Amino acid sequence: MPKKWPARPGKKAPWWGYLFFYMLLIGLWQLLYMLGVSLEWWKPYAFPNPAGVWQSLLSLSRDWNLLRAILYSLSRAALGFLLACLIGAVLGLLLLKLQLLSRYLKPLIMGVQTLPSICWVPFAILWFGLNQQAILFVVVMGSAFSIALAVESGMRNIDPIYVKAARTMGASGSKLIFRVIFPAALPNLLSGLRQGWSFGWRALMSGEVMSSAIGLGHTLMMGRDLADINQVMLVMIVIILVGVAIDKGVFSSIEERVLRQRGLA
Amino acid sequence: MLELQNLCMQFENAKHATLKNINLQIPEGSFTCIVGASGCGKSTLLNLIAGLTLPSSGSILLDGQPISGPGRDRVMMFQESALFPWLTVLENVCFGMKINNVPKAKQLEIAGHYLDMVHLSRFRDYRVHELSGGMKQRAALARALCMDSKILLMDEPFSALDKQTTNLLREELAQIWQQTKKTIILITHSVEEAVFFADRVLFLSEETANIAGEYVIDLPRPRHIESPEFIRYRQDILYQVRNEVEKIEHAEEMAG
Ligand SMILES: Nc1ncnc2c1ncn2[C@@H]1O[C@H](COP(=O)(O)OP(=O)(O)O)[C@@H](O)[C@H]1O
Ligand SMILES: [Mg+2]
Repeated sequence: MPKKWPARPGKKAPWWGYLFFYMLLIGLWQLLYMLGVSLEWWKPYAFPNPAGVWQSLLSLSRDWNLLRAILYSLSRAALGFLLACLIGAVLGLLLLKLQLLSRYLKPLIMGVQTLPSICWVPFAILWFGLNQQAILFVVVMGSAFSIALAVESGMRNIDPIYVKAARTMGASGSKLIFRVIFPAALPNLLSGLRQGWSFGWRALMSGEVMSSAIGLGHTLMMGRDLADINQVMLVMIVIILVGVAIDKGVFSSIEERVLRQRGLA
Repeated sequence: MLELQNLCMQFENAKHATLKNINLQIPEGSFTCIVGASGCGKSTLLNLIAGLTLPSSGSILLDGQPISGPGRDRVMMFQESALFPWLTVLENVCFGMKINNVPKAKQLEIAGHYLDMVHLSRFRDYRVHELSGGMKQRAALARALCMDSKILLMDEPFSALDKQTTNLLREELAQIWQQTKKTIILITHSVEEAVFFADRVLFLSEETANIAGEYVIDLPRPRHIESPEFIRYRQDILYQVRNEVEKIEHAEEMAG
């Protein structure tokens, strides 16, 4: 048990600390691989190793294959996310406005939201075939409902005193919504969008591994078809890195700026 | 002139009515203070006047017109500043004017005037979280004054502040009221504060759910809380309020 509760998050380590740690980790991984091979725990081609992953990176980078896959996946994710935002916002606002609808529909939405997005894939294939629309459909289904719920609860759970104050100053209708309720809910909305994005990104990969459209998911499955464990590992790492980059570079940084402006971070 | 007629408020899930048959007239330009124990219905009464809640029965007339909802002629200030954390001080102060389509130049002129009045001109570009409690209430006051409302409703605006800041802000509000001659209804649980500000102090009783005492404070301004007359008024009201509270306690003992 930490002495103080809640325990304070530790100070961020310097960049060279991180560099050192991960170099060490990769070094250990390489050692483990070589040890395993020499003791015949596994065949050289059955266990991924850093050098092999590096080789895969080089070969996939030739002809811009990897970069193209990343860009295709990202643009698909962005499009799906935008659609999900649109649908989520409309659905969320409906839930907020129509109490009765909300009461009956919310359990269903919450239920559907627990469905792992890969479960939408067969459905999408039956509807659209093995194509772009099917993937997009899976992404939208994976994130729209969580966005809707975040919009609803984010707008509902603002401090009512802001609304009271604004109303006594003559605000009502759309002015109240856009000048008060929306900005008051913004931190909640942003964290909802961030979560929606991460659901969407996962859903995208579920869709892409099934399809033959260019993208990271497809590159991953190509690695499997070639029985190239290093390529599989490489693409997994790339999927993680791209996901983290968007989460930190886009969502986290916007969120932080909004919170800091309000003295909340 | 603000007029409450047979005003009743019974919350859905409450056993007793919070307010019962309140009749009251508040003349234009007057400073009225409402005192009472916590939970006696002071905020409820002010919310009704603001139009933020609707009464169970009875009516509220402002210059003869019934009130049916909130409006910019009755601006409200709260115990917490209710300033918007996503705006700067200046943007907060301009908020009400912007909502009501006051031209930008006019907004800045009026906001500048009232920011001067509450000594916040230097802090116009600060964010809300960078202000102290007292500065927040000053900014909220400037925001309310900019609306040029007929009535200013204040729900314990100083009770979250320390003693020193409270005293300072009281002096300032008293001055501002003398300059602007706005109708102010201020809620407080401090009898001292009520006597300091009010033309008339109303005591709201939890037991009767009505106004149980009315005291006209006939003291020259600016008022000094150490003056013998001031102390006499304060003691008088405190004595009667205490009687009232003891009556309630007694009644509760009998019942329990
Ligand atoms: N929205 C509400 N629903 C039910 N009861 C309420 C509501 N608002 C206030 N009350 C009740 O009315 C009484 C008076 O509350 P309030 O006006 O806030 O008191 P005061 O401001 O004098 O401290 C309290 O008993 C409180 O529980
Ligand atoms: Mg109150």
